[in-house]
Amino acid sequence: MQQRTPIEEQIDLPFMESLRISFQSLKIRFGRSVITTAGITLGIAFLVSVWTSNEIGIALQESGRQSTINTFEETTEAGISTKDIWLIVMSLIVCVVGIANSMLMAVTERFREIGTMKCLGALDGFVVRLFLLESGFQGFSGALIGALIGTLGAVLLGLKDYGLDLFFYFPLLPAQPEDGPMQLGVIVVILLGCFLGMVLAVIGSSFPAWRAAKLPPAEAMRTEV
Amino acid sequence: MADIVVKTEDVVKEYRMGSNVLRALDGINIEIERGEYISLMGPSGSGKSTLFNMIGALDTPTEGKVYIDGQNMSQLSQRQIAAFRCHRVGYIFQSYNLLHVRSAHGNVTLPMIFAGIPEKRRNEKAEELLDMVGLGDRMYHLPDELSGGQRQRVAIARALANDPSIVLADEPTANLDTVIGREIIDLIKSLNEEQGVTIISATHDLKMLDVSDRIVDIRDGLVERVRNREEIEIEVGEVGGH
Ligand SMILES: Nc1ncnc2c1ncn2[C@@H]1O[C@H](COP(=O)(O)OP(=O)(O)O)[C@@H](O)[C@H]1O
Ligand SMILES: [Mg+2]
Repeated sequence: MQQRTPIEEQIDLPFMESLRISFQSLKIRFGRSVITTAGITLGIAFLVSVWTSNEIGIALQESGRQSTINTFEETTEAGISTKDIWLIVMSLIVCVVGIANSMLMAVTERFREIGTMKCLGALDGFVVRLFLLESGFQGFSGALIGALIGTLGAVLLGLKDYGLDLFFYFPLLPAQPEDGPMQLGVIVVILLGCFLGMVLAVIGSSFPAWRAAKLPPAEAMRTEV
Repeated sequence: MADIVVKTEDVVKEYRMGSNVLRALDGINIEIERGEYISLMGPSGSGKSTLFNMIGALDTPTEGKVYIDGQNMSQLSQRQIAAFRCHRVGYIFQSYNLLHVRSAHGNVTLPMIFAGIPEKRRNEKAEELLDMVGLGDRMYHLPDELSGGQRQRVAIARALANDPSIVLADEPTANLDTVIGREIIDLIKSLNEEQGVTIISATHDLKMLDVSDRIVDIRDGLVERVRNREEIEIEVGEVGGH
């Protein structure tokens, strides 16, 4: 058998091309993208509202005001009740599990698409990049909306508990009172929420996408959801 | 000396499911010449799709070797395999496997995007190909808006995007009715005749018999027999005589 022209190496796609493909994909499955993004929004909204409520509680405690409702709570030395810690940890778990699940489902139903793209010449790296871009965008927008909704919710709750004093003592910026616990401030909480949402979405999507991309295309295309 | 484009040497494929091992291919040796139209025939579960995947570099054999254009496929890097799938082969599947987020036109341009073809050129090429398969008026429809036969035409246009020398088709007519199936077979045959594309098609559609140059009968993961043009003509004659 004669040797023919040797097989060349596949090229990398320009970044703009990947960006275009990922946006097109988000746009056309808009309904599905919104549902996945809503999962991120919910998780982050919950986390940020619990966290912000806690910040507000501490700030107003520092100021000497007490919520009429929370007075019966046992407080630790630092001023955060064990119930608050519990709530924050729980909301963090709900957030992580919720987002990971939502991303995993969104990728699993696209295994066939991943296999098909590889048949057409996609490199594994392209598949991963596509999912990185899509999930990064979904993660950021979902988390930002979630953080704003969460903050709004915490403010409304705070208004109910503390009235207009809330705005006077509102913990917008980080603070380190001499005798109190470190306070992050609402802005940092929002930023952290956005960052966490984006990181979780990107990991939750790229990791399964990377695993699917490594499969032989025949196997990826067999997957029925 | 014949120009051999595909050669398999004792190809074995085992699927492991827990402690069970299923031997889907049990030592396949075939040689396919450039420009041939080959049909892999056999009952469901005989190993046609598994062999299809080995020849198309969509999966790797457990044992044995696959040579395409004289290249031992197991020695290629990831990047070479991707380039091979992109440039050398076009795939057509029973279930079309179109990307449902891209229009007919978008499906046809994708392999050309991967090949780095400039936008203007690939848009023109996609239009030409879709025209050729008879979808000139449906170019910007999504696959969900097309019939089965139309989807398979898009898949054929997509398979041809980077001018492959081999087209692999896995039961391309199995989801289509007889008339549409016939049209798809004629379209594939015309690629073979007019453009010299080597066609390797898994099928149990008897309509494929009379367009094939050779038929490889697969049974239980083995080549049962190979029939050539003359033998086929006699059999088709017999079938026609009923
Ligand atoms: N990924 C897989 N895992 C396990 N068994 C498989 C897999 N793919 C195919 N098989 C089995 O291998 C045999 C051959 O399958 P296949 O090549 O799909 O046959 P055909 O295409 O001729 O219908 C069948 O028994 C099938 O169940
Ligand atoms: Mg099959």
